Amino acid sequence: MSRPARDSFIELPARERARVLLDPGTFRELLGPFERVKSPWLPRQGVVAQADDGVVVARGRIGGENAVIAAVEGAYQGGSIGEVSGSKIAGALELALRDCERGRGVRPVLLLETGGVRLQEANLGLAAIAEIHAAIVALRRRVPVVCVVAGLVGCFGGMSLAAALCSRLIITRQARLGMNGPEVIEQEAGIGELDAMDTREVWGLMGGEQRVATGFADVLMEDDTAAIAAEVRRAFDNVPPPRSEQVDAWSARMADIDAQHPPEPRTLRALWLRGEDR
Amino acid sequence: MEQLNFTFPARRAINGRVHVGVVGSGDLEVLLEPSADSQAHVSVNTSVEGFAAVWNNVLERFFSRFDGAAAIEINDFGATPGVVMLRLEQAAEALRA
Repeated sequence: MSRPARDSFIELPARERARVLLDPGTFRELLGPFERVKSPWLPRQGVVAQADDGVVVARGRIGGENAVIAAVEGAYQGGSIGEVSGSKIAGALELALRDCERGRGVRPVLLLETGGVRLQEANLGLAAIAEIHAAIVALRRRVPVVCVVAGLVGCFGGMSLAAALCSRLIITRQARLGMNGPEVIEQEAGIGELDAMDTREVWGLMGGEQRVATGFADVLMEDDTAAIAAEVRRAFDNVPPPRSEQVDAWSARMADIDAQHPPEPRTLRALWLRGEDR
Repeated sequence: MEQLNFTFPARRAINGRVHVGVVGSGDLEVLLEPSADSQAHVSVNTSVEGFAAVWNNVLERFFSRFDGAAAIEINDFGATPGVVMLRLEQAAEALRA
């Protein structure tokens, strides 16, 4: 018997990812490519700019409710966050907050596929990322902010903090989530610390399965568009307090770790999940 | 990085606009919309310098089959001529759809 067909979500570009998560026929893009709001900094450094600066912002509906999705295009400059792309995400979240404050509910979703700040835009990108962080924290008091990290780029640097600040973090087995990417760790700490070519070790540390098993992400998904869309619709119901508000619980977990003898991925799961019934 | 401009004759006006592709490694994005006059205009931003003649050949071939008065912007990140042609055909097909 053949397996039922499954549409890949990972293979979709950012615009199509946003489209398939919104209710059919409701996708409406803001600041789309024909507005040509692109990076003024990349061409000055000899890099061709993309017309939407690699972020798609779309309004529409999710489960019949008003929604806004900001989706990063991982294939353009590694999904890096520059002044324009970062401001598009921050602006979308800030407008959603304003709508919520005026009694017009909006369901915000971030689709992150990013290595973090765009090095060519340095502090301007970092400032935009800080605005994104502040906007998520302000908005999640009103409505759950849902994040999907699908892969294959994953989510790193300052944007991994953005993912961590979200109310609900959905991740696939193929995705990775971490402050520093494996190549950065190998370069800075040496190959004895981490061999970035060793995919088993890399995914063991920062892959979606490990991140869910250790509580850094909430839901582990297969690469299945319909299943991910259903999970996003469900994600706005019965959301527990954000991870970053559970300071005592996470401090206690950190206290369990002996920095001189850091645990292996499997040991970390056992260590942290002692006495927890999940 | 190099900026190139081309003009080709057209036989008909077009309606609507189309965006396809991504400025990713070996790929390009194409923005296609109605031209302001009765000709077709192509503006190419490419990361690879010195291939104006190749661009001209690829575009000549495309416009031997496509006769719309389109304004086309191409943002290219090192796509091969084959990939360029595929993206142009994809844009033309999306315009027809």
